[in-house]
Amino acid sequence: MIVEVKNVAKTYDNGVEALRDVNLAFPPGQLSTLLGPSGCGKTTLLKIIAGLIPKSAGEVWVKGKKVDAPGPERAFVFQDFALLPWADVLRNVGFGLELRGVPRAEREEVARKYIGEVGLKGFEHRHPSQLSGGMRQRVGLARALTVDADIILMDEPFSSVDEQTRRKFQEDLLDLLRQHQKTVIFVTHSIEEAAYLSDQIALLSPRPGTVSKIVRPAVDHSRSPDEIRRDRGYLDTVDEIWTILRKYV
Amino acid sequence: MILDGSLGKAYLITLQPLAIGIVLCGAAGIGFGIGMGLSRSVEWLSLPVFIILQAAPMAAIIPLLTYMYGIGLTSKVLAVIMLAAPVIVMNSYKGIRNTPPSLLQMCRSFQGTRGQEVVKIVLPHAAALIFTGLRLGLAMGFIGIVIAELLITPTGIGDLITYNSSVADYPKMFATIASIVAVAAISLHLLERLERRWFP
Repeated sequence: MIVEVKNVAKTYDNGVEALRDVNLAFPPGQLSTLLGPSGCGKTTLLKIIAGLIPKSAGEVWVKGKKVDAPGPERAFVFQDFALLPWADVLRNVGFGLELRGVPRAEREEVARKYIGEVGLKGFEHRHPSQLSGGMRQRVGLARALTVDADIILMDEPFSSVDEQTRRKFQEDLLDLLRQHQKTVIFVTHSIEEAAYLSDQIALLSPRPGTVSKIVRPAVDHSRSPDEIRRDRGYLDTVDEIWTILRKYV
Repeated sequence: MILDGSLGKAYLITLQPLAIGIVLCGAAGIGFGIGMGLSRSVEWLSLPVFIILQAAPMAAIIPLLTYMYGIGLTSKVLAVIMLAAPVIVMNSYKGIRNTPPSLLQMCRSFQGTRGQEVVKIVLPHAAALIFTGLRLGLAMGFIGIVIAELLITPTGIGDLITYNSSVADYPKMFATIASIVAVAAISLHLLERLERRWFP
């Protein structure tokens, strides 16, 4: 297990209990999803794993080490993209390396490589305001890939992206992650998205968030996207998740 | 008035305290605003001062300045500063404070230090608002300098206005008033164009 969450709890300063006694393990090289209705603390849990917000109790172990702060083995993809509006795509993608003090020529070379991989070649000198939502998130993904972290944490990366763009982006994401052998922890509230992308789905119940079930979709990800969407296992998984989640909404 | 040099001479006198005041405000005011934005204790200490300064009726305070600092350059510079400083400081402060939290989290998630956070995210983000503050500060400075020249001692433009009004030479008086309005409007417009060029 590359990431382990042990007895994690989170109560905010205003008394709201967001998470209670969460135990989860994430296998290396797989895509795991945290799925649940809004307000179930899934983003809170992801940010605790990232070390971005402090936990009230419990432990997070990453690659055999206990962590409380962000580290180079984890990279975060933000729901609102978190791009520098005054910087072009090239600088935004290379920003993680810039913060680590990598010389300009070197980081731009790495940035260009990943800009190509996420399909933004030719947009290096555009600014975020000149890009669509889907393209902005591709920049966010490329930035997370440049720092060569083993673990990519994604917080509802497609929620502000329109449906058509999202499908294409999901397919590209699966390809990319398989190529790079990344471990991905992915937060979403879309059942279809979770069933389509994941090797493992942790269903969270709302307020306070606890793990109510772990589902491993019987979906063969090596098949084509269209086949997967008509696949028996995929459809059964969607149904199974919905039966559990409908109790919470 | 332009030809006989009296207008030019008057501006030379008027613009001096304005320039000194704005430069001082630019340096210290932006510094204060940034300090207040970055540190809770600086904020606690100085925010009330600037809120009071912003609310205080300046025309009522200027006699106090004369009483303390006499009728020279110092009081006039202070009049400019007291009017211009609050907007400059408050804008810098708000620019710093309004940094999107997700940009700060992004910086931390890539192990950026607090220093990098300030230099690479907070300051560039605040730059546009800081510049807007400078422009508004200059507008307030023009108000300050004219009030000071009318209320403290008539010098420069204030002198031309009071003198011509006292000898009932109204065309000259109106010409002077129109010229100061024009100078203020043109310099603000130029700054605004610069602002659009730098921060589109």
